[in-house]
Amino acid sequence: MQALFGQLLVGLINGSFYALLSLGLSIIFGLVNVVNFAHGAMYMTGAFFAWIGLSSLGIGYWPTLLLSPLAVGLLGVVVERTMLRRLYQLDNLYGLLFTFGLTLIVEGLFHHQYGNSGNSFPVPEALQGGSNLGFMYLPRYRAWVVLVSLAVCFASWFFIERTKLGAYLRAGTENPRLLQAFGVNVPLMMTLTFGFGVALAGFAGVMAAPIYQVTPSMGSGLIIVVFAVVVIGGMGSILGSIVTGIGLGLVEGLTKYLYPQAAATVVFAIMAVVLLIRPAGLFGREK
Amino acid sequence: MSVPDGVQESRAAWRLGIITPRRKKIFFGLLVAAGLVLPHLVYPVFLMNVLCMALFASAFNLLLGYTGLLSFGHAAFLGTAGYVTGYLLKAWGLPVELGVLAGTAVATLLGWAIGALAIRRSGIYFAMITLGFAQMIYFLAVQLPFTGGEDGLQGIPQGKALGFIPLHDPYALYYFVFAVFALGFGVIYRTIHSPFGHVLRSIRENEPRALSLGYDVARYKLVAFVISAGLAGLAGSTKALVLQFVTLTDVHWHKSGEVVLMTLLGGMGTVMGPSVGALLVVAMENYLTGFGDWVTVIIGSVFVAGVLAFRRGIVGEALHLVRNFPF
Repeated sequence: MQALFGQLLVGLINGSFYALLSLGLSIIFGLVNVVNFAHGAMYMTGAFFAWIGLSSLGIGYWPTLLLSPLAVGLLGVVVERTMLRRLYQLDNLYGLLFTFGLTLIVEGLFHHQYGNSGNSFPVPEALQGGSNLGFMYLPRYRAWVVLVSLAVCFASWFFIERTKLGAYLRAGTENPRLLQAFGVNVPLMMTLTFGFGVALAGFAGVMAAPIYQVTPSMGSGLIIVVFAVVVIGGMGSILGSIVTGIGLGLVEGLTKYLYPQAAATVVFAIMAVVLLIRPAGLFGREK
Repeated sequence: MSVPDGVQESRAAWRLGIITPRRKKIFFGLLVAAGLVLPHLVYPVFLMNVLCMALFASAFNLLLGYTGLLSFGHAAFLGTAGYVTGYLLKAWGLPVELGVLAGTAVATLLGWAIGALAIRRSGIYFAMITLGFAQMIYFLAVQLPFTGGEDGLQGIPQGKALGFIPLHDPYALYYFVFAVFALGFGVIYRTIHSPFGHVLRSIRENEPRALSLGYDVARYKLVAFVISAGLAGLAGSTKALVLQFVTLTDVHWHKSGEVVLMTLLGGMGTVMGPSVGALLVVAMENYLTGFGDWVTVIIGSVFVAGVLAFRRGIVGEALHLVRNFPF
């Protein structure tokens, strides 16, 4: 029983990261029309910035939680302004290829500088320890990760669905030219949206740093699973990507308990089934 | 997907009479002659590697350049065929031809299974789906007992082609690989220039229109995918024979990206582009091996530069130059 709940907790945490990353991917894809392959690399960069900040500048977990995503977001803004922008007129496959190349560059640079071995990031003092719930042991930091991820996801949902700026964002997703004609600075909005989505990935990276080892390749394996999550859920709705992300994390955890060999492939198997039954994805709209 | 610039260039070259049937015959004749002479001038293993990757990239280009489908998981077919061929030659001691055929057949079947699922979505989703299934194959390759896991399959015997040509001789092996390449390339060339190939191009340029004209678009896409996967498998089987090992890098997503790079760099939608790109990328990797991690950075930079500023590719760019040259 302990093992089952332990795996489910791991699944819940993985699911939180899937949700955070697929949320950022969906927001970027919606307005900017680019599938950001570099999302995983940005997640890794966020974790690395946190680790570098702590080990060479002495910046603790709490400031890093804000600073590192900010730095990653800034990086995203620079990339968007200088390079990605030129690809908007073209087929969106070029955006995918561009961000793929970017991933290779970023990963290669971190690889060169910090090698392949994992670096561990300590859990902040206030969140150390845990409590025994009777049926399982719950480390405090892990509970924190799940709660904060859910809060951030919900805040993003609220921002997009219930605020004026969010309404602009949705209008831009529907028809950017019309929105521009109404006097909204759409290019600036695209830059900020890309920056925000990428910062969300960086934030997930910082949250992940104390749980997983910080390595240059921590993002690329993840992003492929997140792509599968996006295919399964469809990029149509925000709540959809949150529910799918967490749900698939839990399914993965359950598989790890029941049949560990299949844990790595179960998401892709589910993707195959969804494609057979409901090709547009669970929450997606046709075309 | 809109028409790649390379296609526009080669089309213009036809129209303007720069490419003529006669010149084409001469060009391919020279190419075959060069292919026969080259191993005596250049290191044969390097050439064989180039030929395998050129076949791989040409098969990939049938999808990306001519059907407008970006598969981000083509390494799955290359690697699976390599593993199957390697295992059959090593553990069962099958004749070379049978081993290569079996690898190709398995890749074709896998292509049918993945293709049938992936074509249910289009555009960017197609790329993500193929990437996902390729990752699944990667995990299977890590876990299944017969692939050798992290070590890969080592020491694959090369045997004798047709029962009497010893393939451990580099020159004999080279001509064997050259024949396989010519066969695969011929199949791709015929496919592109057949009525079937024209339908594929019409799907790339305007899918709803092709559909409304009565073409069973899904079926055409699937057949193109299966042919492409099968030929990628042929390349993988041959590569396993040449290098005598298959490792996880052959099914890794880096490999899937590499074939995209070759096609992009050489010129997608052109007949010769992928081969030129393969030559360039393999040469680059060969000469840069001493730079360690910088290879990934350099490959990534070439990728980014290619997407931003060089979308016609080398062959497309050359055709463009020729077209605008004041004769």
